[in-house]
Amino acid sequence: MPRLVSHPDEVIVLKRRFGQGAAKIDRYIALDGYAAAQKAIAQGKDAMPGWIIDTMKASGLRGRGGAGFPTGMKWSFVPKTSAKPKYVLVNGDESEPGTCKDHMLFREDPHAVIEGTIIAGLAIGAKTGFIYLRGEYRTLLNIMEHAVADAYARGFLGKNIFGSGLGFDIITQTGAGAYEVGEESALMESLEGKRGVPRIRPPFPAVVGLYGGPTIINNAETIANVPHILLMGGEAYCQLGSERNGGTRLFSISGHVERPGVYELPMGYPLRKAIYEVAGGILGGKELKAVVPGGASCPVLRADEIDIGLDFDQLAKCGSMLGSGGIVVLDETVSIVEFALRTIKFYQHESCGWCIPCREGTDWIKKTLTRVYEGGGAKKDIETVQYVAENMMGRTFCPFGDAAAMPTLGFVKKFRKEFEDYIEGKKAGTPLMTEEHILVGAGH
Amino acid sequence: MADVTITVDGKKITAPAGTLLIEVCKTAGIEIPAFCYYPGLSLQAACRMCVVRQEKVPKLQTACTTQIAEGQVFFTDTPEVVQARKATLQLLLGNHPLDCPVCDAGGECELQDMTFKYGAADSFYAEPKNHREEQKWSPVVYFDRPRCILCYRCVRVCGEGMDVFALAVENRGSSSIIVPNVPAQLAPDNLAQLDCEQCGMCIDICPVGALTSGTYRYKTRPWEMNHVATVCTHCGDGCKTTLGVRSTSDGSQIVRGDNRDKSGINGDFLCNKGRYAFDFANNSERITQPLVRQPNGELKPVSWEEALTYVGTKFAELLNTHGGRSFGVIGGNRLTNEEAYLLQKFARSVLHTNNIDHHRTADYAAFAQSLAGTAGRGASLRDTLIAKAVLLVGGDPTNQNPATAWNLRSNVRHNGARLYIANITEIKLRRQARAFLHVAEYGYGALAEYLAGDDSTSSSVTPDSAALASFRDALRSEESLLILIGNELRGAELKRLIDFGLTIPGAKFALLADYANSRGAADMGLLPDLLPGYTHIGPIDTADPASRIALEYHSPTSPGLDLLEIFDAATVGNLSALYVAGANPVARYDVDPATLKNTFIVVQDMFLTETAVLADVVLPAANLYEKSGCVSNSYGDLQQVKKAADRAGVRSDFEMIVRIADKMGADVRKLVPFGPGSNSEGISADMGQTRGAESGEADRHAVWLTANNLEPRLSPFDPSAMLDEIQRLVPGYKLLRLQLLSGNDQHLSPAAVPIRDDAGLVQISNRRDLVLPANDTLFTSGSLTRYSASLNDLQQNQLRQPIIQIDNKTVVD
Repeated sequence: MPRLVSHPDEVIVLKRRFGQGAAKIDRYIALDGYAAAQKAIAQGKDAMPGWIIDTMKASGLRGRGGAGFPTGMKWSFVPKTSAKPKYVLVNGDESEPGTCKDHMLFREDPHAVIEGTIIAGLAIGAKTGFIYLRGEYRTLLNIMEHAVADAYARGFLGKNIFGSGLGFDIITQTGAGAYEVGEESALMESLEGKRGVPRIRPPFPAVVGLYGGPTIINNAETIANVPHILLMGGEAYCQLGSERNGGTRLFSISGHVERPGVYELPMGYPLRKAIYEVAGGILGGKELKAVVPGGASCPVLRADEIDIGLDFDQLAKCGSMLGSGGIVVLDETVSIVEFALRTIKFYQHESCGWCIPCREGTDWIKKTLTRVYEGGGAKKDIETVQYVAENMMGRTFCPFGDAAAMPTLGFVKKFRKEFEDYIEGKKAGTPLMTEEHILVGAGH
Repeated sequence: MADVTITVDGKKITAPAGTLLIEVCKTAGIEIPAFCYYPGLSLQAACRMCVVRQEKVPKLQTACTTQIAEGQVFFTDTPEVVQARKATLQLLLGNHPLDCPVCDAGGECELQDMTFKYGAADSFYAEPKNHREEQKWSPVVYFDRPRCILCYRCVRVCGEGMDVFALAVENRGSSSIIVPNVPAQLAPDNLAQLDCEQCGMCIDICPVGALTSGTYRYKTRPWEMNHVATVCTHCGDGCKTTLGVRSTSDGSQIVRGDNRDKSGINGDFLCNKGRYAFDFANNSERITQPLVRQPNGELKPVSWEEALTYVGTKFAELLNTHGGRSFGVIGGNRLTNEEAYLLQKFARSVLHTNNIDHHRTADYAAFAQSLAGTAGRGASLRDTLIAKAVLLVGGDPTNQNPATAWNLRSNVRHNGARLYIANITEIKLRRQARAFLHVAEYGYGALAEYLAGDDSTSSSVTPDSAALASFRDALRSEESLLILIGNELRGAELKRLIDFGLTIPGAKFALLADYANSRGAADMGLLPDLLPGYTHIGPIDTADPASRIALEYHSPTSPGLDLLEIFDAATVGNLSALYVAGANPVARYDVDPATLKNTFIVVQDMFLTETAVLADVVLPAANLYEKSGCVSNSYGDLQQVKKAADRAGVRSDFEMIVRIADKMGADVRKLVPFGPGSNSEGISADMGQTRGAESGEADRHAVWLTANNLEPRLSPFDPSAMLDEIQRLVPGYKLLRLQLLSGNDQHLSPAAVPIRDDAGLVQISNRRDLVLPANDTLFTSGSLTRYSASLNDLQQNQLRQPIIQIDNKTVVD
């Protein structure tokens, strides 16, 4: 369970109600809850959708799931009229290793997710929203279901929400524990009761999505931002962040730091400060070795590369990604060979198997790195791993292949010397995996 | 869609906007490799082999999902693209067993071909391949799991194409695996297996050797076979099938049936019978020597010469003493058109009798006469793939005419065709139907009347009058309609339904029958009261072209005995001889053998059937896979039958009929117009020796000569001589010779010549039993069933399947 943490540098928007019992609907209402939805409805039926979308565009909010697509623009792609029902789908399948922000949201402020979903529905003219939680988040599902039931009881959901004459329903759903289902089209497949494999695009979900209807799919954090943005105004929210990266963001800082946890920092906040000040520095005063800046799929940064701002564009420029904001800090004791193996084991285990490069590529990288890790490696194995990873990049059906290949490439390119030394018997760091770990693989 | 122009590898190509790039390239002769892409099935983009570079697009694009638009520029053969494909192959081969020398697909494997092209021969993994044990899923489907490359073609063809959904993917990632629908826990012997239609489409469509055929595997190497495209002998759909044939010590044997030639009327499709049930030909009970009954009652093998001389002499003697009226001739549904035509001509012009019939599996006489005087109303099997609206009354195509069912499913899936079904049982095709009408038993006649506007019959069709009314309203709103009729509709009720259909301007019709040439047998005049082409029998009028056949035949001018009457005549001692070619009427019509004890019986067959065991002479016959000619399917689509296999000792029915006529002293040249120029004078009959052919081998020589672009010097055993006459005399058989010989199908639509005396239908409904649908299932094929090991295995397999009932009420969690 992530602890509640705080730091003076935080700019609090999303975390405003954390630790205040806002999972209870009365408490949520007392903390301005459901005011944003009513503010939207007060714009009048005709003006409302345009007003919401304009506000969202002005906020500069970009998708918090990892791809960083502008939310307002995404919503504007949904056709005004549609023969099939439109849907809002909230992606709470938070599975990226190192990321636990949605977990905090569902636990501390579930109504913000519900209210954001309602507003998104009002913006695009949907009558139904789905909140999809990661399969392992059973306890959080209970919280969400209670919150939804409370919202129904108050008339915030149902046939006539807030007395407006408009109807909106929310259905909660969980997965069965598949990372791949966090990919939006696989999420729809899963929600429809099918195998969790991604869909061919085009058509894009905004046109043909869930059950064939136009659908917007947003990360839970993105959606939870919506009520706040409507209340404070798009421009005000935008100014909290850096250029082209509006607002604040929840960063899950984990690994070898003194105070791990979920921090809300403005977009563009310096990574070095985030590690050394916000999270309290390296655990036990050891040396920093590397940082994974945005969840397991983001290429690793060496200790000398952390003077950089945490936003989509700056991280892209230095060859990594902001991803889902999961910052994993590794100190000098970590064996990069082991860390690379752990990472690829996760992806090998989670690959849906749909396309050849990902299914076979993750498997061969895992097998090869396992042998290297166990001491049976040869120098050409580094070449093999790099070759396979390079040939997965950009060749797979969905971004998962890149997500598996990118960190692998990062490790073997940036820490090649460490791999070579390892193969020659000069092992850096302290291996932590037991034999059982190796056999079964991480993530089981 | 409007045409757009794109550039591929510097070449300008114009095609309709939205066409898939992979198809555009195929048409333009640019090869794009793919495993998962398969025309007509849903798109996967899973194998990543078809990647191409598109200008101004950051990532490589899959050609199988790229819909073309104006001005796009693609590169399909750059080093980057080639490397991507090579890398994908390397990844596949990492786990794929390199057992090509012993793999069934070796030599015809897409993975092998692509590896050859892209040279992905390097192996840089030290770890062992993932091994899994091979599984037997059914008597005909085996799955070698390590070879599977997960292209999902089998899953899709089973689900989307067959509407069976017996295959699926289990587990995920590198553990992903194709599994059948009966899991081990539920299977009788704790081994996972398939409960399905056993069509074998999954085997055909598998690009590698993962799915293999139980009847073919490990028997041969592909290059050791000759591949002959011919027509399946089983149901009335007449699918083109490719037979893999290998030489044996006593001829050549079929070792495989598949559908590698997709040019046929069946397109991609072939069912289990076409694929596996050729094996009756190799059954050990097959007779390969003529048998003659001895005074002690035993059937004894004799030489062909002796047997034929005996039959000829005996027939001539009985003809002299008892006359042609005491003869009965029964033909079969699997004879070629040439043979059926020859048989009835032999009966009519040599035996001077109209006592000729066959096991009618559908009432084509009534069908043709109901369409008398119309043109263009006969539907082709190809129409089932494109018709906008289809009405199916009776029948169960899934079981009895599987290619028809496949086409209808495809048409609904791809074109949104509207399918209306009226049936007394809930046939499987109703799942594709826009409307399904559950008709009461014996309700088809009432349905036909109701459709034609007689509301009083409503309650005899179904108690649900509202459903019936909306069914008719929907049909009436259709501008064109393809009406498919099950063979349980006969005589008057068949005519009523067609009369209703004829009120719809664009309606076309087909009557679905059971065997390869059920339609041809009727078209060729194996009927006592109709000459070839449903020509009326009556007084000869030299001015009437309809009298041409009877004039040439010098045949009797009054109708003969039908099949039931022939046996009635035997019962009262009026049948001196019975000549049966390729039929088993004793079993089919439950004839009492005792009634035939004073009749001289000659049977041409492959096996000692219930009919053959009663015979005085049994002549071992070649089957449809062992001869050449042509057949007409239920729809009237004419196709060439090519000789594939050969068996020492047997003769084609064609040759036997000619030789019996010869032994009877008949003028063979009048029976078969062979030799240069038809019916010309002065050419002596030499029974084929002029071209150095041994007797009985003529047929094979004709095939050889045709293959070598030489004109066959016709012999009396060459069926193409008969085809000339069919073309000349049979109404509706104005066929295109080149089309036929090219192996293409052509649609013929012989509708009866309008009847002169307006006497109404020749066959009327009080003779229902005469038309006897065989009601074959997917795992039976008339008398051939018991001689086909694969069909027997499949029947047994079907009986073993657990009955899995899913109670929707209890499946909640």
